[in-house]
Amino acid sequence: MKSEFTQPIGKISNINGQCIPLIGNDIDTDRIIPARFLKCVNFDSLGESVFEDDRKSLKGRHPFDLEKNKNASILIVNSNFGCGSSREHAPQALMRWGIKAIIGESFADIFYSNCIAIGIPCFTLSKKYIEQMQNYCDDQFLFLEIDLKTSLAKSNDLNLNLEIRESSRKMFLSGEWDATSRLLDNENLIDNKFNQLPYIKFNSHYS
Amino acid sequence: MSQDTLFDKVWNLHKVSSLPGGSDQIFIGLHLIHEVTSPQAFGALKDKNLKVKYPDRTVATVDHIVPTDNQSRPFKDNLAERMIETLEKNCLEHKIRFFNIGSGNQGIVHVVAPELGLTQPGMTIACGDSHTSTHGAFGSIAFGIGTSQVRDVLATQTIAINKLKVRQIWCDKKLSKGVFAKDLVLHIINELGVKAGVGFAYEFAGPAIDELSMEERMTICNMSIEGGARCGYINPDEKTFSYIKNKLCAPKSEHWNKAITWWKSLKSDENSIYDDVIKLDASKVEPTVTWGITPGQSISINQQIPLLDDLSPNDKLVAKEAYEYMSFKPGQYIKDTPVDVCFIGSCTNGRISDLRIAAKVIKNKKVSKNVKAFVVPGSEKVATKAKQEGLDQIFKDSGFQWREPGCSMCLAMNSDKLIGNQVSASSSNRNFKGRQGSPSGRTLLMSPAMVAAAAINGKVSDVREFIN
Repeated sequence: MKSEFTQPIGKISNINGQCIPLIGNDIDTDRIIPARFLKCVNFDSLGESVFEDDRKSLKGRHPFDLEKNKNASILIVNSNFGCGSSREHAPQALMRWGIKAIIGESFADIFYSNCIAIGIPCFTLSKKYIEQMQNYCDDQFLFLEIDLKTSLAKSNDLNLNLEIRESSRKMFLSGEWDATSRLLDNENLIDNKFNQLPYIKFNSHYS
Repeated sequence: MSQDTLFDKVWNLHKVSSLPGGSDQIFIGLHLIHEVTSPQAFGALKDKNLKVKYPDRTVATVDHIVPTDNQSRPFKDNLAERMIETLEKNCLEHKIRFFNIGSGNQGIVHVVAPELGLTQPGMTIACGDSHTSTHGAFGSIAFGIGTSQVRDVLATQTIAINKLKVRQIWCDKKLSKGVFAKDLVLHIINELGVKAGVGFAYEFAGPAIDELSMEERMTICNMSIEGGARCGYINPDEKTFSYIKNKLCAPKSEHWNKAITWWKSLKSDENSIYDDVIKLDASKVEPTVTWGITPGQSISINQQIPLLDDLSPNDKLVAKEAYEYMSFKPGQYIKDTPVDVCFIGSCTNGRISDLRIAAKVIKNKKVSKNVKAFVVPGSEKVATKAKQEGLDQIFKDSGFQWREPGCSMCLAMNSDKLIGNQVSASSSNRNFKGRQGSPSGRTLLMSPAMVAAAAINGKVSDVREFIN
């Protein structure tokens, strides 16, 4: 757990940091942050509870507990990461622990949207390269420099072409990943749409 | 001639603009909120000095944290009390309609909105909960969102989202006796896998789907997300219309006929173009039970837990994890596995028809003495109806605890939790590690009828032996 947490803001074009591998397919958001920690009205204290049950059962051997990973910020995962519940508490907990970007074989849809909405770029890469990176992290440090303009990740020995959804990449580069103001720019269009929808008129609840 | 799916039609109707990079700005016709995923969104509005744009388009209820034994206020759990108070305050301040405990309309958000007639064909529906896909049973496009998107819907009534592809899942023939919608959807998830739906909306269609009641259709769409599909839907038909008719928020008098005409036009066109089509024979589905730690790890009641060698390379990693966590041996039969707790409820299977079938199974029988069994109705309306029909008494007579409505042990945010490595037979939707409140608790998902049978025998059983 890092001491100070600052929420990302504005344009995100480069992420540099140490990788932390987490092996497993279908790691769901209940595991990332168990439901009992959802009893809160803000996200502030979630970082310390990330993977709480998995960490307890591994008694200090979980990647998030290893001393060598304490400053890591790029999470390397396998397939369908973040499946299950839509709880944004999951990426919020990862972010508050110190994760700034995730590279994986694949991500669940809602988890992916939540990451984008809070400023965590998620990249995909083939199983082969993911496993290589995870193995590499076993006995050495892997530092990556990720450039969102080119989608390239570089280390001393590696040059990787990461994949990221084009809409997400553009939103990070322009700073519009925090979508509210961009959406509100179209206020007139929203009002027009509201007036055009057939069901608005025939719903008795909304008279 | 148009070749649009219902998904295309509803999406296009609600599209406000194209955003840079290819995502769309989509208008949300109905926004549902609850106490767990909304407080931070209201907080963010305050930070940004924004108002709720269309307060009438958001409806609230409280479900995840409510105790189901004693609901008197303040709740014993201070954190739960604080969450309900925050929701009450936010709804009052922003003039949002709130169905609180005791209103007669409180319950699990995905049970409540359909029974109030809020859920209608052709709408876009969003909620900070992944099981929002439930509402697709009515031919709406409904999906779960995170808290930042809840904030966006409150502030703008729209979200930024990439258009999904559409996979039609054609279910031929019909379900056999003693086999239910839950079995069918578990079977589908097992066949396609838990991530096959990523990037897709699922259209469930075919004779087996047409045959299902609205509540059964909700069970199917509810679990789309467990197959990776954020959104699942079924084309509306006469059953849909008659379910909605006369509900509190349904179109009334002269609006009703206009609504029906429009709803009928929404059906996927004949010769619609799908990104993918899967066909399966529903008559071959048997009562199905999960044995592992994802909803895709399921088998028929008479099958053995798969051997590692029988699984595809991609499934092996999670299977190994599952054998260990569940303490099951590959090749072991699932039938006769002893259970400690039996839970009937949740947004998947906490509706009146679920309670009726479970009551039929247990009537004049006693819950096994080793089992703690309880029923949590999906809503106050479901509870009232069940009491009118005398179902509560049947449950109590057989040894089930009869509880107040809420999400309860589906995700164990209240005091209903597994203890240690107890095994639960559950009518809910997720068998993830730790899901039901104990970090080593084990969940076997099945239909409510199968849960009822397990409660009586004290072990996993074939409900077809109970139903004649």
